[in-house]
Amino acid sequence: MTLRTVLLAASALFSVGLYGALSQQVVVMVMMGLELMLNGLILAAAAFWWFLAPDPSGQVLLLIIIVAMTVEMAMGFAVATHLHRVRRTDMTDMAADLSR
Amino acid sequence: MLTHVVFWALAVIAVLAGAAVFIVDSMARASYALAVSFVAVGLQVLLMQQNYVGVVTILMMVMEMAVMAVYMVMFMGMNPALMPMSMVHDNRHALAVSIGVFVLLAAGVLLVPWPTRRGGPPVDVTAALGEELMGPKMLVMTGVGAVMAATIVAGVVLAAHRSRYDRFGDDLRRRPADDPQPGGVGR
Repeated sequence: MTLRTVLLAASALFSVGLYGALSQQVVVMVMMGLELMLNGLILAAAAFWWFLAPDPSGQVLLLIIIVAMTVEMAMGFAVATHLHRVRRTDMTDMAADLSR
Repeated sequence: MLTHVVFWALAVIAVLAGAAVFIVDSMARASYALAVSFVAVGLQVLLMQQNYVGVVTILMMVMEMAVMAVYMVMFMGMNPALMPMSMVHDNRHALAVSIGVFVLLAAGVLLVPWPTRRGGPPVDVTAALGEELMGPKMLVMTGVGAVMAATIVAGVVLAAHRSRYDRFGDDLRRRPADDPQPGGVGR
């Protein structure tokens, strides 16, 4: 286990998540892709902390990433619920006008 | 040696389970695959002696996947474990972009001359993190608290079916409230 190997695993997780976020049509599946990307970020941040500078302040960055995941999940579920209620759909393609 | 073997096993499980999220043919299985990926990453974080963050990651993501499964049953009107689904768009471009990003990141990881470690970890990593958050990094905790509170409010506003404006009108003066099912004693 070295910094490079951990970062390679984190890169793979990030890329798989990016594929999901770009390719999936269902809002919940897009959220899963985003969470996989953040999963890779957690691993990378943990590796930077452990292999470069194991100072207590570095762990705070990990907590911020976890908070970002929490916010993403809560808001994603809220938006998906609203979308389902208003438009009876859970597909991103049916809500493309929201990007305008 | 054992640490290396465990790390590689967990890395393979994390990446394969992550890929399985978009390969399996039901959303419930995708949720479980994502939970497995998160547990594997949480265990890897534990290998790097960040006990608090690793345990929080595992507990939080397992609960999140449980919520996600309940969400699918409630809102999608289907048995998510049985209903096959493959709903993708622009698959080829997404695959090309993600492979390109991986190659870019991997090249950076392999080519950058990473510095050597400075200092050592504190004796009690969790206690040190707590002291950091309650001391020099208090501003971070304050900001996180405000963000979480704003998220709760925004989530409820977005997800709520009827708000006070639906009940009392735009000027909040309508009495009695316009409720689909009147309630209370004598109202």
